[in-house]
Amino acid sequence: MKTGTYVPGEHPDLKPPVGQTGVLLWLHKNLFSSPFNIILTLVTAYLLYLMIPPLAGWMFFDSVFVADSRNHCRELGTGACWGFIDKRLGQFTYGFYPLEERWRVNLTFVLFGLALLPVLWDKLPNRKYLLWFSLAFPFIGAWLLLGGFGLVPVETSRFGGFMLTMVIGVTGIVCSLPIGIVLALGRQSNLHIIRWLCTGFIEFIRGVPLITLLFVASTMLNYFLPPGTTFNLLLRVLIMVTLFSSAYIAEVVRGGLQAIPKGQHEAADAMGLKYWASMRLVVLPQALKISIPGIVNTFIGLFKDTTLVIIIGLLDPLGIGRASLSDIKWTGLSTEVYVFIALFFFVCCFSMSRYSIYLEKKLHTGYRED
Amino acid sequence: MNKFTTIATAALASMALSNGASAGTLADVQAKGFLQCGISTGVAGFAFTDDAGDWQGFDPDVCKAVAAAIFGDTSKVKYTTTTGKTRFTTLASGEVDMLARNTTWTFSRDTDLKLDFVGVNYYDGQGFMVPTALGVTSAKELDGASVCIQTGTTTELNLADFFRINGIEYEAVPIETNDEAQTNYKAGRCDVYTTDASGLAATRSTFENPAEHALLPEIISKEPLGPLVRHGDSEWADLVRWTLNAMITAEEFGVTSENVDQMATGTDNPEINRLLGSEGDLGAMIGLDKAWAWRAIKMVGNYGEVFDRNIGASTPIGLERGVNNLWTKGGILYSPPFR
Repeated sequence: MKTGTYVPGEHPDLKPPVGQTGVLLWLHKNLFSSPFNIILTLVTAYLLYLMIPPLAGWMFFDSVFVADSRNHCRELGTGACWGFIDKRLGQFTYGFYPLEERWRVNLTFVLFGLALLPVLWDKLPNRKYLLWFSLAFPFIGAWLLLGGFGLVPVETSRFGGFMLTMVIGVTGIVCSLPIGIVLALGRQSNLHIIRWLCTGFIEFIRGVPLITLLFVASTMLNYFLPPGTTFNLLLRVLIMVTLFSSAYIAEVVRGGLQAIPKGQHEAADAMGLKYWASMRLVVLPQALKISIPGIVNTFIGLFKDTTLVIIIGLLDPLGIGRASLSDIKWTGLSTEVYVFIALFFFVCCFSMSRYSIYLEKKLHTGYRED
Repeated sequence: MNKFTTIATAALASMALSNGASAGTLADVQAKGFLQCGISTGVAGFAFTDDAGDWQGFDPDVCKAVAAAIFGDTSKVKYTTTTGKTRFTTLASGEVDMLARNTTWTFSRDTDLKLDFVGVNYYDGQGFMVPTALGVTSAKELDGASVCIQTGTTTELNLADFFRINGIEYEAVPIETNDEAQTNYKAGRCDVYTTDASGLAATRSTFENPAEHALLPEIISKEPLGPLVRHGDSEWADLVRWTLNAMITAEEFGVTSENVDQMATGTDNPEINRLLGSEGDLGAMIGLDKAWAWRAIKMVGNYGEVFDRNIGASTPIGLERGVNNLWTKGGILYSPPFR
């Protein structure tokens, strides 16, 4: 190869100049592109330097993972006392569920995962048949958790911890979606009474805070029901949570429905489709696709709102944490408890959010404006 | 329309009646086979879950004593956790049979809320905790201080009264739970933490350096804490009241869970004999058998034992008996006689 001149078509690929590729380019573009950004980067780096080492020390290097009491923890290390979480993990997960029956909760969790798979992932082989299992799962799960029919019955007052969160969250999510869709359709219905009923219901529920509904569920209902009828508290809460979130879902779905151009309805009518068929085949698939971010947003909100049940004395993870922290052996470790619970909620909510992004990408088929 | 109104009114009235006077709580409890007891969601020493997930503490022990008196089995209690906001409705609506949930006995709760306090198992009073670095020695020097205060409790009202009487100002920092209060107080978001003195002592015991915090000498309120039941079933109220009295009397006469078996065979003291059922038949008068008090003392212990086990000087909470000692030992605990 000669320097300076090249035979046409044979000149070698030269490397880009230093700073125009790889790490250096990325650094330049993202961190040091202007004097202001340079200052921001340096300040941020300094703050991270101040925060990360003590945080890592507290969470990992100086922390204690096995201990019998808080004082024991103090002797072993200066960081977080994860030994507390370790000792109480059973309570945090299962609440007061009987020890020898906890396998049922585990089995329910596993089956829940299996039932979720065909619903969430449409490339699964034999999806059609597996969906039947998903449909049957609520009943199987309820049977496993509550007992009866051959299993030792377990009262719902023994439910607690993450299990309670999952039961309330999942039931609320699963039941509120269909109810919400029906409400949204009802609100747009041409039949006046149905429209008024649905609108009234939605506006009433949306006008009342969830806390109020929970208080009604826990205290007021008892006054209205004849004495002696014990109407399970968890069931009352589940109904209230479901009604609450279905009103919100209804509004989200209505947003989606209104975004569908009138032409779509008319096209469906022209095809001779009846109301339900046109909704099922033409309108709803499009409307729901648009509504996905809103729906998932509502679900995430609902899932986090389950922690409100502590106000009416149900022991969700926060409640279990409070009861456990009152044990004089462990008291004063609230930071560990809150960090641990925050982690659980983050994992759940973040995966919901990621799934919704996956779904949006998958269904992104474009839309024509004519 | 008229007819409808009549029916509705009648239905409401009958509901109110039957709610107010659900006769025979004891019979109900015996029929369902367990005692439904309302407790708090967690107060150090007074109610907490142990590592095995069972409720322990000064308050659940009252429930256990009642269950022992009725069933002879302390495990026949089901606990309902109640918050400061739900506790009274939970009891009034019949969801629980009794409440043992460090609740202050006040006039309006006893009368207006239609509840019956059956006794006092802990005489508390509201106090103040401050960091010693603040250099405050009396609550009257707290002008302008920010105070961490639990909302919805009698302490909130007492605080307002105290500061008004003394003509000084404060800034309230409202908090929901004791744990939250600790965190806020430790972080310096409030200068003063006020709640019942027992709670302050329990809180201070968990601090890294308890000596850096002082309890001020002023006790600004009377907080008699005790178990309570619904209005309208005096027999049931009697049972809970006398179970508590039995534990106090047992301590007075030196009956403990250890020597109760031997004492039950008969002693020289007729009151002990009546209490433990070797003489007379007091149990029948409250619908139980002769050995009811024996069971409560055997399985849960006398008042002193319960106190020492959960909150006494040997525990990290380290509360002194103080006014909660027997009347014979300088306190004000005084059970009417078993006769």
